[in-house]
Amino acid sequence: MILRSGDTIRRGAVWSILMVAAAMSVDGVLHAALAQNPFGGPRAVPDQQVGGIIGWILAKQSEFYRAMSSTIRAAKNDGSAVWTLLGISFAYGIFHAAGPGHGKAVISSYLVANEETARRGIVLSFASALAQALVAVAIVGIGAWLLNVTAKTMCGAERIIEIASYGLIAAFGARLVWVKGGGFFRALSASRVSGPQLAMAHHDNHHGDGHAHHHADHDNSHGDGHHHHHGHGDHCGHSHGPEPGELAGPGGWKRGLAAIAAVGIRPCSGAILVLVFALAQGLFWAGVAATFVMGVGTAITVAAIATLAVSAKGVARRLAAGRDGGGALVMRGVEFAASGLVLLLGVGLLLGYVSAERVTCF
Amino acid sequence: MHRLYGILLIVMSLGVGVTTASAHPHVWVKAASELIYAPDGTVTGVRHTWTFDDMFSTYALQGIETKTKGVYTREELAPLAQTNVDSLKEFGFFSFAKADGKKQKFNEPTDYYLEYKDAALVLHFVLPFKTPFKSRQMQLEIFDPSYFVDFQLQDKDPIRLVNAPAACTMAIERPSDGAAAAKKLGEDNFLDGSNDNFGAMFANKVTVNCP
Repeated sequence: MILRSGDTIRRGAVWSILMVAAAMSVDGVLHAALAQNPFGGPRAVPDQQVGGIIGWILAKQSEFYRAMSSTIRAAKNDGSAVWTLLGISFAYGIFHAAGPGHGKAVISSYLVANEETARRGIVLSFASALAQALVAVAIVGIGAWLLNVTAKTMCGAERIIEIASYGLIAAFGARLVWVKGGGFFRALSASRVSGPQLAMAHHDNHHGDGHAHHHADHDNSHGDGHHHHHGHGDHCGHSHGPEPGELAGPGGWKRGLAAIAAVGIRPCSGAILVLVFALAQGLFWAGVAATFVMGVGTAITVAAIATLAVSAKGVARRLAAGRDGGGALVMRGVEFAASGLVLLLGVGLLLGYVSAERVTCF
Repeated sequence: MHRLYGILLIVMSLGVGVTTASAHPHVWVKAASELIYAPDGTVTGVRHTWTFDDMFSTYALQGIETKTKGVYTREELAPLAQTNVDSLKEFGFFSFAKADGKKQKFNEPTDYYLEYKDAALVLHFVLPFKTPFKSRQMQLEIFDPSYFVDFQLQDKDPIRLVNAPAACTMAIERPSDGAAAAKKLGEDNFLDGSNDNFGAMFANKVTVNCP
């Protein structure tokens, strides 16, 4: 649907990215300007909190999050407060995903690494957010409600799940790097073969095909590399990547499952806290409802960012397509880089180099 | 050139996801602290009193058995207090001290216990300095570098000097103080992706000068 509306959407995406980029630079300039205050004295507005977009997102999140506990308390006596709770949870979800969280980085990178459509990006975002909500409800439902274990025990379980999730992201990234690295290096060697050496090019093609077939059952997206090499051979350096839609056919969803599992099994600490709090107030169902609404909010933000990433790749493809031969190389390079990012994120999260929301048991 | 822009756009859009990946607080603490001085003017340690927010307090109390429902005695909370101080060790007790610019280490906490007051858990503990020291200037910062925990000094008399020499003066900087925020923002570069010390912006800083 989104892809069919074509250029306007893409143009819109470019503008939104440019605006985000501009906003971020303004943000950075402001910070730099503040830091370089030559007088070293206090600023004119003494009660200003941490500034910039990040500061604002943080402040909003904290505001919504803190409002949740008082709203749940209020809901004990006044049922209509539940509606307020749901509203707050939705807003919190939206802001929460805009701020912290590796989920959207992993999903966006995955989408860019593979030939994925924006529509699938949206579905993936919602599915992983739903999975996150389900895991949170399951942990608190079983742990606190059924077994009445302590927070320490629940937190221990969360920690194990967290490590598993980061491990899965790293493994998932490693597989993407392996698959996409092959595509990139084949494109690289293909691009080095110039026009007169056609025999060599054909030789290369056969290599490429062999590899593609070898991996075909592991990853559909590999057909991508395969496709490209044919194109190169047939049209002598005039190659077009396949439209993403061509590759999102039946069976392609299986690939997405790995992304959902890697991101979605790790529950949000905020949801766990809200659920336990709601349970203690005798309003577990309200906590469950809030958790799912929070998930919907999160999914909307993640889907927006994922769509942005996919559109940006589309723009890059269009720009790169004008170049002979090199275009495919650029696209394979982008995919390879995005795969590398997933791997780096996974390893970083696992080793604690990337600060994410961590599970704190105290 | 064009393809460069394309790549840049992708990197930016992914970058937004990574660079803003700084946590926001899930736990709020109202802190009050005492700096403890020996008769000869050496600083021996810090006594913290941390009051947790009601959501975290409720979460922490999950599954703890009590004789009377809703009433938690110090004894019933003892295992939880033990868990608290054990886990806080990993985070350096969120307390960072300097004597004349030199970092000071803490020993294991002593005299720790929890009480449940006005629907909130209050953690009391003493952090003795590894080597008690005398210094012209000492600084104590209380914050979580990853900003999972939001520390705020309590409104009234958040820091007390206990048995300090009479000439000592104290200055408190709160994170909502514009000067502190501006300074810290300069030190933290948001765009380089390292958010390790992100929470430093939200630090509560006490400076004691003893001439």
